[in-house]
Amino acid sequence: MNKLLGIAGLILVVALVTTWLSYDAVTGNFPFLSAYNLENLLRRLGMFGVLSIAAAFVIVTGGIDLSIGSVVCVSGCVLPWLLGSCGMPAWLALPAVLLLAAAIGLWHGFLVVGLRLQPFVVTLCGLLLYRGLMRNFTGDQTMGLGDAGESLRWLATGKIPITDSFGLPVPLCVLAVVATATGIIWQRTVWGRHLFALGRNEEAARFAGVATGRLTVLAYVACSLLAGLGGCLFVLDVNSAQASNFGNFYELYAIAGAVLGGVALRGGEGLVVGVVLGAALMQLLSNTINLVANSNQLEFAVVGAVILIGAAFDELVRRWVAFRSARRK
Amino acid sequence: MVSPATSKVFLRALGVSKAFPGVQALDDVSFEVRGGEVVALIGENGAGKSTLMKILAGLHRPDSGRVELHGEAVELLSPLDALHRGIALIHQELNLCDNLTVSAAMFLGAELRRGPFLCEREMADASRQWLSRLGLDIAPQTKVSALRPGQRQMLEIARALRSEARVIIMDEPTSSLTQVEVDRLFEVVRELQRKNIAVIYITHRLSEIAVLADRVVGLRDGRNSGDLPREQVSHDALVQLMVGRGLSGTRRQPHAPGDVALKLRDLSTRAYPEASVDLTVRRSEVVAIAGLLGSGRSELLRAIFGIDDRLTGSVEVAGNSLPGADPRKAVAAGVALLPEDRKSEGLVLSMSVAENLSLPTLHRRGWWLDRGYQTELATSTIADLGIACRDGEQMAGSLSGGNQQKIVLGKWLAADPQVLLLDEPTRGVDVGARAEIYRRLDELAQSGLAVLFVSSELEEVLLLADRVLVMRDGEIRGEVSGDDRTEKNIMLLATGATL
Repeated sequence: MNKLLGIAGLILVVALVTTWLSYDAVTGNFPFLSAYNLENLLRRLGMFGVLSIAAAFVIVTGGIDLSIGSVVCVSGCVLPWLLGSCGMPAWLALPAVLLLAAAIGLWHGFLVVGLRLQPFVVTLCGLLLYRGLMRNFTGDQTMGLGDAGESLRWLATGKIPITDSFGLPVPLCVLAVVATATGIIWQRTVWGRHLFALGRNEEAARFAGVATGRLTVLAYVACSLLAGLGGCLFVLDVNSAQASNFGNFYELYAIAGAVLGGVALRGGEGLVVGVVLGAALMQLLSNTINLVANSNQLEFAVVGAVILIGAAFDELVRRWVAFRSARRK
Repeated sequence: MVSPATSKVFLRALGVSKAFPGVQALDDVSFEVRGGEVVALIGENGAGKSTLMKILAGLHRPDSGRVELHGEAVELLSPLDALHRGIALIHQELNLCDNLTVSAAMFLGAELRRGPFLCEREMADASRQWLSRLGLDIAPQTKVSALRPGQRQMLEIARALRSEARVIIMDEPTSSLTQVEVDRLFEVVRELQRKNIAVIYITHRLSEIAVLADRVVGLRDGRNSGDLPREQVSHDALVQLMVGRGLSGTRRQPHAPGDVALKLRDLSTRAYPEASVDLTVRRSEVVAIAGLLGSGRSELLRAIFGIDDRLTGSVEVAGNSLPGADPRKAVAAGVALLPEDRKSEGLVLSMSVAENLSLPTLHRRGWWLDRGYQTELATSTIADLGIACRDGEQMAGSLSGGNQQKIVLGKWLAADPQVLLLDEPTRGVDVGARAEIYRRLDELAQSGLAVLFVSSELEEVLLLADRVLVMRDGEIRGEVSGDDRTEKNIMLLATGATL
């Protein structure tokens, strides 16, 4: 809990610093606080937040999913294809894409649980496999949504007006729904309890009669399903997808957000609130770089440095607290 | 109370065999238990006890033979299936998810629910009741990671009770309990018996069998080695059942101590910052530190060896000061530590016997990996300590507890230490391997090694030690010697009663 407060504090500090650094003396504006920038930031948070929750589902079981970016690519390319080339109606195309994504998760689950392959290997191969297949499938052509996607685009580009100039982006609302549902599943249902138990000690969970195999498969399904949903939002947002780069590195953003938010890589630890805060910090940093440096060349470097400093700080605080409590005794 | 002899057979294994790659773990073994009966299952490590219990708990399936429940053949498909049929296994390695709360762990796999949702309050209330029946006063919201090993064991038992098991299999339940907790456990077992619940009790502590068991079943090399009814239980008969030969358990002659090998001055550890220890161990001397779990014994050894920081005080090895917080310097100075947790601190389970044996000394042979040395060391140590393995290439994790402990001992002997620190040297080690380890320690002390060991097994302390120190709350509270050298006096000092 303290850790979450720490991240929230850090977000506040970075936001304040960004506001100050990006101050435009000529016009007297604060570009960071402009409605346009905030909406954009929150929209990206909505989309990347869904991916971080996807990653967290698998990390909580003690596994990892490196294929999230490629699943984003798959749904980003298949959705326009279904809507355009196949002429499928929107109400059918979206569920179809989500079903495909879930099937990919089921496949991962089968490989990890059924064949007992390592999650890292399975999903690393998935990362390469799905993107390669998509590039071949699309012939490296840009897949555009065109008019067919118009009815769905509201999901990604729409906003719910709050004031005259500022509205809440719909993807953020999607994230809110996904996060709430995930939070309820993790904290309040038997499924969540079992997921966390098996993540920390699978043997013990199995001895207690937990259906560990089935649950692990379901976690991979949930992960890929959410990654597929994220992919749909991304393609609806930018209107087209190119298989060679759509969703590149997104798995790392997703994992970094989850880990930054306190989801332990050894499994069995994490809160949804933390995941959302972690994803928010990632997006905020990226926004800061763009505003302050007017380029994104340093983006990866800054994100990497911040996570590293965060991890080191976290460890040092933990030791200091342990040392203090030993002294007090 | 239902007389065990007349009540019906509840669970039976008939002619069960099971092979693993390279080992015939069970060969035509039969076993039965009746309602309200306490059956002690004994045998050396590797005799097949755990395999048999895992078959009864649905974790393994037998290659041949069958399992009968109420006289009907059943196929136990999984631990869950066995649990639903009333068979609960309390695992040897305390098998809890330590990220859960106590009440979550109590109900893991059988949560009270409304639809998919958890009923936290009901589970907390029920947990509190079950735990208090075992004399355990912990809040249901406590994280399992905050419990002491003894409390975790009790939690496991409470969990089995909660699942309304008809047969409870306890695999070395007392190996991590304090005496008070052991007494409490015995009461609980008798209560189970009155409720016509069958208890299968695996243990290495022969004294417990005499107190608890209605019947003793022995296994040796994967086969039945015989049954003993309660009336015929004696120490010799039990040992006979296990190893097929008698073992001498008499106390050996004390050694003539030499120069001071290890000297602690005013040493205090994180566990008890206010307390401190002064202590001397001479060459050829075997000194035991007895005391309850949590009395600071293990922390003392860890601080000497440099795993934990020392808060104050100094350590001298053979007259030279040994700096703290650096195990490498301790090893170089001739100190070795056989740690409490063999599997996580003593061995790299996924490495071979030979690789484990050479780990502390390999660097002395230069930067280039000296495979010849490794093989040679493995061959000689395996023969010297009688480690039962195919060869040095076998994975350490695939060996039984006793043989693993011999590897830990062997790797330090290769480092030719002057001071040997041992933390619970025979926990989870069978009688045969125990005798081997005792004999070797005795020889080492004869040849001038200083031995300081921590043990919760008073029999072992009295058997092995030249001097017995008793620790409580981080300080040495006294030494028992001469006619006072009894288990009772050690317990009195350890618990804080006056002599």
